[in-house]
Amino acid sequence: MKRALLKATLFGITHVLRLNARRRPAFREFMRRHNAVAQIRLKDGSIGRHYRFSNGKVETGAGLHPKPDITMTFKDVPTALRLMSPNPDQGEIVLAAKTFRVVVDGDDELAVWFMQLMNMIATADLTFGTSMPDGTRRYTTVTNGGPLYVFVKDGRIVRTTLIDLGPDDAPSWTIHARGRNFKPQRRATVSPHALALKSMVYSDKRLLYPMKRIDFDPNGERNPQNRGISGYERISWDEALDIVAGEINRQKSVHGPGAMAIYQSSHHQWGNVGYYLSAMQRFGNLVGFTRVHPNPDSWEGWYWGAQHHYGNSMRVGLPGGYGLVEDCLKECETIVFWSSDPETTSGVYGGSEGTQRRLWAKELGIEFVHIDPHLNPTAQLLGGRWIPIRPGADPALAAAIMYVWCTEERYDKEYVRTRTTGFEQWRDYLLGVTDGLAKTPEWQEAETGVPAHMVRALARSWAGKKTYLAAGGPGFGVGGAARGANGMQWARSMILMMAMQGWGKAGVNFGNLQGFTPLDYSFYFPGYADGGISGELQWTASAVNNYVRMPHVLTMNPVKQMIPRQRFPEAIIEGKCEGYLWDGTSVESQFAPYRYPMPGFSPVHMLYRYGGSSFGTIANSSRFIEAYRHPSLEFVVNQSIWFEGEAQFADIILPACTALERWDIGEWANCGGYVFDAQGQLNHRMILMQHKCIEPLGESKSDYQIFLDILQRLGLGALYSEGCSELDWCQRQFASSDLPRHMSWKEFLKKGYYVVPSLPEGERHSPYMRWFAEDRKKDAPEPLPMPSQYAEKFGKGLQTPSGKIEFVPATLVRNDPDNPERPPLNRYIPAWEGPAHKEQIARHPLQMIATHPRFSFHTYGDGKDSIINDISDHRVRVGGHDYWVMRLNPSDAAARGIAQNDVIRVFNDRGAVLCAADIVPTVRSGIVKTYESCAELQLLKTDQGLVDRGGCVNILTNSRPQAKGTDASAPNSCLVQIERWRQSAVTQDRGAQS
Amino acid sequence: MKKWNLVIDVALCENCNNCVLTNKDEHIGNDFPGYAAPQPRQGHNWIRIERRVRGADPMVDVAYLPTTCNHCAAAPCVAAAHGEAIYQRQDGVVIVDPVAARGREDLVDTCPYGAIWWNAELKLPQKWIFDAHLLDQGWKEPRCVQACPTGAMRAFHIEDGAMQQMVRRDGLETLRPELRTLPRVYYRNLYRYSKCFIGGSVTVTRDGVVDCLPDARVRLEIGGQEVAIANTDTFGDFKFDGLEPSSGSCRIEISHPQHGVIDATAELGERSIYLGTFCIDAQC
Repeated sequence: MKRALLKATLFGITHVLRLNARRRPAFREFMRRHNAVAQIRLKDGSIGRHYRFSNGKVETGAGLHPKPDITMTFKDVPTALRLMSPNPDQGEIVLAAKTFRVVVDGDDELAVWFMQLMNMIATADLTFGTSMPDGTRRYTTVTNGGPLYVFVKDGRIVRTTLIDLGPDDAPSWTIHARGRNFKPQRRATVSPHALALKSMVYSDKRLLYPMKRIDFDPNGERNPQNRGISGYERISWDEALDIVAGEINRQKSVHGPGAMAIYQSSHHQWGNVGYYLSAMQRFGNLVGFTRVHPNPDSWEGWYWGAQHHYGNSMRVGLPGGYGLVEDCLKECETIVFWSSDPETTSGVYGGSEGTQRRLWAKELGIEFVHIDPHLNPTAQLLGGRWIPIRPGADPALAAAIMYVWCTEERYDKEYVRTRTTGFEQWRDYLLGVTDGLAKTPEWQEAETGVPAHMVRALARSWAGKKTYLAAGGPGFGVGGAARGANGMQWARSMILMMAMQGWGKAGVNFGNLQGFTPLDYSFYFPGYADGGISGELQWTASAVNNYVRMPHVLTMNPVKQMIPRQRFPEAIIEGKCEGYLWDGTSVESQFAPYRYPMPGFSPVHMLYRYGGSSFGTIANSSRFIEAYRHPSLEFVVNQSIWFEGEAQFADIILPACTALERWDIGEWANCGGYVFDAQGQLNHRMILMQHKCIEPLGESKSDYQIFLDILQRLGLGALYSEGCSELDWCQRQFASSDLPRHMSWKEFLKKGYYVVPSLPEGERHSPYMRWFAEDRKKDAPEPLPMPSQYAEKFGKGLQTPSGKIEFVPATLVRNDPDNPERPPLNRYIPAWEGPAHKEQIARHPLQMIATHPRFSFHTYGDGKDSIINDISDHRVRVGGHDYWVMRLNPSDAAARGIAQNDVIRVFNDRGAVLCAADIVPTVRSGIVKTYESCAELQLLKTDQGLVDRGGCVNILTNSRPQAKGTDASAPNSCLVQIERWRQSAVTQDRGAQS
Repeated sequence: MKKWNLVIDVALCENCNNCVLTNKDEHIGNDFPGYAAPQPRQGHNWIRIERRVRGADPMVDVAYLPTTCNHCAAAPCVAAAHGEAIYQRQDGVVIVDPVAARGREDLVDTCPYGAIWWNAELKLPQKWIFDAHLLDQGWKEPRCVQACPTGAMRAFHIEDGAMQQMVRRDGLETLRPELRTLPRVYYRNLYRYSKCFIGGSVTVTRDGVVDCLPDARVRLEIGGQEVAIANTDTFGDFKFDGLEPSSGSCRIEISHPQHGVIDATAELGERSIYLGTFCIDAQC
């Protein structure tokens, strides 16, 4: 009976193929791609059928073909029937593949094609998006700055708009506070860069064809010294892919494993399938690569410093925020924004969702204080007291505030006594018992520039009112002051201050209403750090849920060698470097150094660069020019969407398409992994289909397809794809989530999104750390600390050895007791680059801070002819060129004869960058403010040396780590000088080249 | 007949530029026959945002003023066009006809607000059309309003009477009302952009220690007349806002029951003034 069923199924396939080819043009096109004989058989040969594809037609024959191009062999009848049923169990398929119960032989490319064709039988009938009255079709997508509708007509994007929620979407939450009902707007708000997407898709900087550097010959002279100088010629995909696949093999055979490094940029496009932690990671694992290991560059001070005092390593040292929007609206009297500018950074990926809540706070009369060298956009919108502070002096101010709390006994003594350790030692430091120097408000004045009376007023107000401390962009850390030489000291101080004021009690917490809202975090949908299709269990969070809920074949990188990202240039130029781990599994992981090269593995001779943002994002980034031109680097391939940044330094360029030109699926702001429940910033959880809205421009391809094309040349295509197209993978992500219980796949593809219902009032989470303040079992729904990391019982206390907040952390005392740059006692140590050094100030008197940008998401949104460039607070057009903006005080401008929008040369011993001057009193004299993450690099030769007029201010920043024994970057400790630019200085203008 | 009006709250504009960007997204590369020809990639800002920075460190504030075509009820451009080139629809929206206005560079200067832009390539005057092409398809509001995260921009499709009621109730203003063009773009809290402030800080010395002085009483006189009274806040700051630029000589009197009285004078010109820190007991 079962044998007959299998025979009938095999015969029936022919008719299903023909029917679909007749009815569905896309299916017909796909079937026409190859002429081949595919065969399906049992291992013993007792049942078999072959299919002859020829010019889009299919013929079939019973029995075994003498020379099939591909053969799918099942071990036995039950296996065949299980796997060929209409809705096969994905776990069964993966198990059958792993145990060789099903084997595919023959040409890899044909095998993938045949499997994808079979999958298409189920997808050919689907419709996507909604037809609109003006003849457009409306699709959906997600960006770094929020979800969008995408309107398309005649294969072209007409517009992208916000998504207004409808009556059929889940209702919004309501918070009752101080006699008022707060309900968020029924709309998914966006960041500016989201609205520039269309202009970026149709950018004149798009890479539309594979290209080869004209003087690069893989079989002859490679001329690495000309990277970034010589031009490019268009080549075919076949030639490009042959060169890349050939080099991957050559590197392995000539140099050995590890000779190829993969180096990616983060935040490129949204989506769980196409993300670097998904498609790229799977590709890398299948060929083996040296990992370029990131440092936690937005977290820094929190990871290397703050977490030692209280734990939360799995959040990279940041506090969580469950229940805090409600607690803040109900209880808080003052919010102290300290290096916190949520209107600029939107938390992360948060659109403009927190803005409305902060305006509620203003309506409620909650007071605001802004401690920042810059009167930032949040301070501009909300008002309140601006306390301008010198960059890097923040921990001195914090110490003086705590000094006042100590001397005036304005701290929570009971909390300090029962919930913390080591306070006496800290108090002795503040009072000067330890070092003879009392940390008085008068003492800090010389460091911070903040008048002593202001410090006393702030300290008293803070202690006298229920105060939220918004530290860093989202209020829970990250950015700004955490990214300077004193970043650890500052982040550590923030924890100690909260410890003195009773962190977790009503109205006393971290935050600025950016999160967390009362959403249902228990609804499962994977975030991007959950690994997507990677099958990577170590360097993604896949193992937590994704790997088991979406069965797929495990992958693993056998190369254990790593290069710390901040030291990549040294690794290439000097051939060696050392780094420290970013690993959230424990507080202690960071103490372990790792060295490159690693015994047993080859030094790097090939770079697979995915994106190209380093010039704008990595400190002292002109180091990369020399690295790129180093003779040891035999081959550089760059896979990018736009011709910008490091793409200009490649030998071969592979053109990738944007997310609007391929299929993907994702949840807005759902990072997963270390940024757990980041959707807490949002008013509504939204899971979206990222429709393929248009065909890829030119000859560009999706990242997934590029990786697949390379791997097919290595016979790895079937293993990589598991026979799936990107749409198939989207469906597997969908099926692995809680979504199918609420919406069918078909409905989801059509409508494009689902709103997860928020939590009813009885089910909401208590405010973060309340359990700790009340010494209860932890009730925050987060999987940290790990079970072994509790000091007493599971769920009681914090991750520290004592289970309490430790003023002098035991993990530092035990593991790094004598580090003068990170002492266990959080002493104030002036920045190694800054006003404390008279000889530095004499030559470069201005302190430059380059914080996370407002209008772009790192390099995403900047340059590339994006309409973001038209915003005068982002770039200013002078003489036909859009210059990066540098804000400086009127007195500093006057002293240098600089007028508004003048082009200025910003320089120090590390380099020079041209900017447009914005003269405003929103920065204090002696300080200049700009954003990091410029996408453009345009080097000019001048009589004063190389100058970048793209705006990569990270050329100027110091690559020294905050403290030895860490990889903490410190771009915000940077001294520069500024002068008016003389166009006559240019000796050679060759665009991106030098 | 209901007409479209736009109300912009200057105090809520945070310069995110979403309104500016939606306009570029909508019109660059898109042709909407009967409504608007494509906007050039560079040089046009049919919606733009002006900035006004007031005061000095540390008392600084920044206001942003989005400006665009005012869709004036008595629009000089419509009058100058004499017919089809620029016309006002029954719903109040002013349209530059992308065919009839071809070649009419003269119309650019008819707008006293500088809201009409010249498209040199298409030889066409162009401007913000209130997204009439979308409203006509059933959109409830123009895209700039939808994209505004703070609610600083709101569109109202109401009768003129109801609109005037709102204007009176909420104290809405228009730009340059003296031109009598009767704009349909209204502003709330325009003083943040158009008026000045005088502010300062007050400290007191107690036992040799300088502190901020809250709850001091501050009187402002302009031209010998008392115009406002304020109390210093937690940080000893006071701020009188909404003052007419060029008000001339001002006198500030700061008093506190325990610490006495001091005064100061200043000349209010075009720019806001931060007077600095006053030490009420003259010891600091």
